[in-house]
Amino acid sequence: MATRGFTGRRPAPELADRVPPGQSLTEDFPVLTAGPTPRISLGDWSFTLKSGPRPVKRWTWAEFNTLPQTKMTRDIHCVTKWSKLNTPWTGVLIDDLLADAELEPPTSHTLVHSYDGYSTNVPVADLIGGKAMIATHYEGKPLTPAHGGPARLLVPHLYFWKSAKWINALQFTERDEAGFWELRGYHIYGDPWREQRFTGD
Amino acid sequence: MIERIERQTTRVKSFLLRPQHWRYFRAGQHLDVRLTAPDGYQAQRSYSVASAPGLEGLYELVVERLENGEISPFFHDVAEVGDAIEIRGPFGGHFVWSPEDGGPLLLVGGGSGLAPLMSILRHLSAVSDAVRVILLYAARTWDDVIFREELIALDGAKADFTLLLSLSRDTPRRPHDIGRRVDASLLKVALARLGAAPRLTFVCGSNAFVETITGHLVDLDLGPETIRAERFGG
Repeated sequence: MATRGFTGRRPAPELADRVPPGQSLTEDFPVLTAGPTPRISLGDWSFTLKSGPRPVKRWTWAEFNTLPQTKMTRDIHCVTKWSKLNTPWTGVLIDDLLADAELEPPTSHTLVHSYDGYSTNVPVADLIGGKAMIATHYEGKPLTPAHGGPARLLVPHLYFWKSAKWINALQFTERDEAGFWELRGYHIYGDPWREQRFTGD
Repeated sequence: MIERIERQTTRVKSFLLRPQHWRYFRAGQHLDVRLTAPDGYQAQRSYSVASAPGLEGLYELVVERLENGEISPFFHDVAEVGDAIEIRGPFGGHFVWSPEDGGPLLLVGGGSGLAPLMSILRHLSAVSDAVRVILLYAARTWDDVIFREELIALDGAKADFTLLLSLSRDTPRRPHDIGRRVDASLLKVALARLGAAPRLTFVCGSNAFVETITGHLVDLDLGPETIRAERFGG
């Protein structure tokens, strides 16, 4: 049923089918973090691949930067209703990370961990095959702290709360385990095209 | 359905909505509003609920009219009492306060970021006697202070609530208010007046405001895990 008097402002027709339901396009780059921005020095930074509680491989910043770099330009969609098209990222594909660790995914699920205590779950199938990376650069420049620097997960085909900022570990889990927002009412999977914002959507 | 519209400041109106199925909620949560055009085009936005959960049957939303906004000009220029507005929620599992969370509390708001803090403050005033709260509210001028009379009255009436206004483009009117933007020294003053480390701090406003404030608070040795932020805008 139409809202009396509302006409709205549609995206340009050539862009319309890149905008998932309920989203609006922005030229800005909003930041939505639930708490303060953590400060991580590159000297202290590390990233760990874990299978359950067991660390499998750990990279320092220097070691991480020897891994193959890939550029990825994608549309991103935040659950708070904004979408941004053609965002350019550079980082290490999860595929290349696993190859460097000589690890085949031991389970179908992962829980991603961040420096500020944040976590989010992502199925393995959504991380491999070129679908996701650990991003260190945006628009060719080092990722700023407000946007998740030094490194964040980038999984652009899911709502952006899954692209965990300040990532420090990727943990394979036996079961699909709800992370920070999933425990607070957000959808366990988060597909923007099926508008999976909240639990039960 | 819109039951009442109140002008708060030159740029801000509040809308009291009476839904068919009102739900009790937690102070600090938000509603999702969905507007539909005649051809089926839809736009959605989230608005924090400014009313307390104890105000049964109603949700109060605070809407600032943004010049280039798609939704806020509709609310300000077109919507009328009696109009039906589609809503979902309230939602929110982090930027919320319940009595069992206790205090002391530091609330810091900028502009329309006051909305969820108002819900917390109103709820706290209704249900709790012993929680010490400070609200540091940043606005451009005295006339831009949303819910100004209610906040000042509460400041006078409640011994454990203190209101500190920071006016960036105006001179202060009350003895303890400040005529400059919120900075580290002002936050230090607020913490000193709170008298104890806050158990929880809630910061709400534009992203730039929240980033600045939370950075200062961490520098002032507040535990990051005790600081909850709600940000909007670019």
